Amino acid sequence: MTTAASFHRFANPARFQRIGDLLLPWLFGATALLLGVGLWLALVVSPPDYQQGDTVRIMYVHVPAAWMSLFVYTSMAVSAAVGLVWKHPLAEVYAKAAAPVGAGFTALCLATGSLWGEPMWGTWWQWDARMTSVLVLFFLYLGFIALVDAFDEPARGAKAGAILLIVGVVNVPIIKFSVDWWNTLHQPASVFRLDGPTIHSSMLWPLGLMAVGFTTWFAAVAIVRMKAELAERRIRAIRIAQIGRE
Amino acid sequence: MVEFLNMGGYAPYVWSSYGLGALFLVGMLLTSLRRLRTRRDDLARLEAARPRRRRDGAEGEGAA
Repeated sequence: MTTAASFHRFANPARFQRIGDLLLPWLFGATALLLGVGLWLALVVSPPDYQQGDTVRIMYVHVPAAWMSLFVYTSMAVSAAVGLVWKHPLAEVYAKAAAPVGAGFTALCLATGSLWGEPMWGTWWQWDARMTSVLVLFFLYLGFIALVDAFDEPARGAKAGAILLIVGVVNVPIIKFSVDWWNTLHQPASVFRLDGPTIHSSMLWPLGLMAVGFTTWFAAVAIVRMKAELAERRIRAIRIAQIGRE
Repeated sequence: MVEFLNMGGYAPYVWSSYGLGALFLVGMLLTSLRRLRTRRDDLARLEAARPRRRRDGAEGEGAA
């Protein structure tokens, strides 16, 4: 391997670790602040809904979890494409680190959706387009997690996983527009609309703070998990080198 | 306070939602931190046991 190639291979992760260490305390601090204020607004200050009563407070967990489930998947698919095209050494590390977190957000979205659906719609679950497509997203995450570890050669697992992520990204707009394209039990979008949000600022604020807090939390956890994954790769490389010497 | 905890009669639904959210955020953070700590300890042990040649100069991320 030439010096330039080995530089490319290790320089980026080294720089990433440095920047990550610099960012982590700020991300943890911002998360605590955002979620602290967000929870107070969500649980205490914001009013009950005139139709849904206090169950509307489930929204402040459910909707940010749903946004994160889509954001994390999309970011993994973008990183998979970058990894396939430019062979960026951090791309597959990111996707592998983020996948269980994205799956968790999706599970949280589905579970809180059920807990909201039961009292308001009278059903825990309905096979409507929105719920079914989010369930498919959950299985895409699980499929990716299983696939990347299914090969003896880690590079082949990363490639297969990247292809799954890129193909599966078709599900993201389906989830987003499912409530417009089909008649769903689930209500249509009320925040990200062309004509602006249709919910009152007393509800928009806690929703926004919780969503940004989820995002900074995710960034911190992703950095921690990427660092662990990089350490694991170094361990594997050293063990292989040891076997080679013996 | 009781009124707050009662959540207009929807306490089980509202509090389970927030509980699951907290469980996920805290649980995932702690398992990720623990994973990083064990990987780092393993790596430090391996690198300490390694022959020391080729490690001079490049700190940490060795050029091997």
